[in-house]
Amino acid sequence: MKISIRGVRGSIPVSGSDYEQHGGNTTCVVVTESDWMLILDGGSGLQQFNLLENTPIKRVDILLTHLHLDHIQGLGFFNPFFDTDIEVHIWGPKSNTGTLQSRLSRYFSPPLFPVSFRDLQCKLIMHEVENSGFEIGPFKIDSRYVIHPGPTVGYRVSGKNSVFTFIPDHEPFLGSLEFQTDKKWLSGYDLAFNSDLLLHDAQYTATDYIKKPGWGHSSMDDATRFAEIAGVKHLLLAHHDPKHTDNKLNELFTELESRFNYSFKYELAAEGMNIELP
Amino acid sequence: MPSYGIEIILNRQLADCLSVPVFITDTVGNLIFYNGPAENILGTRYEETGEMKVETWGTIFKQKDDDGNLLPPESLPLVRTLRDKYPYHKTFWIESMNGKSERISVTSYPIIGRSGDFVGAVAIFWEARDL
Repeated sequence: MKISIRGVRGSIPVSGSDYEQHGGNTTCVVVTESDWMLILDGGSGLQQFNLLENTPIKRVDILLTHLHLDHIQGLGFFNPFFDTDIEVHIWGPKSNTGTLQSRLSRYFSPPLFPVSFRDLQCKLIMHEVENSGFEIGPFKIDSRYVIHPGPTVGYRVSGKNSVFTFIPDHEPFLGSLEFQTDKKWLSGYDLAFNSDLLLHDAQYTATDYIKKPGWGHSSMDDATRFAEIAGVKHLLLAHHDPKHTDNKLNELFTELESRFNYSFKYELAAEGMNIELP
Repeated sequence: MPSYGIEIILNRQLADCLSVPVFITDTVGNLIFYNGPAENILGTRYEETGEMKVETWGTIFKQKDDDGNLLPPESLPLVRTLRDKYPYHKTFWIESMNGKSERISVTSYPIIGRSGDFVGAVAIFWEARDL
């Protein structure tokens, strides 16, 4: 299973020389195995990824964790939507306030976007997920609602020999910290446990988080703590705060490493990273 | 061991912040959490007991009407919520194992998540007041 990181920024894309190392695009990850491809979230990082003309790929699956703009804003610029030969499956969290298509069409419609769903030329198929299990090609996928404002899921993607868990927006340590080391009471634990690779929200510093409880994001400290409890082998800290330049992120990470000595590998996620899992 | 859904986890977080006794059960009435104020009613600490089977915690106190008659379980708000997946409220007397009686009001509600699944119930105990 190959994991290709296309966007790791949270909230809003950023650009400029201060963001070249980690990248400025919002969340998007491409997972491939045995000629099958999954796209996890459609943030602005998705614009870097377009299928070549005459591609043999005739099916694309896009798994959305939630519909906040930084996770869908790349969808409108994804060329398979405009290819009559391609089947696009969009998977996203079920809500009781509207269908997935009706909620997504708020973005895919004027005045926010000039193209409507009905104008897309691909064969479009919507799938609503909740606490679900499903299969796409060689992938076995589990989705679970996680703590974040609005209907939001994380995905556990099991390939032939390895597991990748994707929870880019998540606040597992909201509220009392007294019982959250109990795995049974930890949001996202079922998704992340024993994963070979976990991409997890780490938008804030521990100090910033004190001012933003309930905003739906984690501190770097909490992301590493979550990974440790879940027995993760490799953690990518992601959903970087748009205010955090490369220098700032490196400084925060060095400081994090100086305070914790975890047995698992952890690092800052960066656009352009490619990780091969066995 | 699977973890609880976020509807249960967030209810526990809320209960943990409240000054009134709160009990959280699974769909069949097993007590999966009770907060600090509820410990005073049960006479036990959650850290010591952990989760309790319905047969265990259901016998810790007796429920009586104003005349001192035992109330049938099916008349109690939490039992009705577990049966009907609907909120209920009732005022009655509870008598703990040490014989102490107290008049309380109980509000119960079902926990039904986004998927529409019934995943548990909550009972909140209030000091009874005649308004």
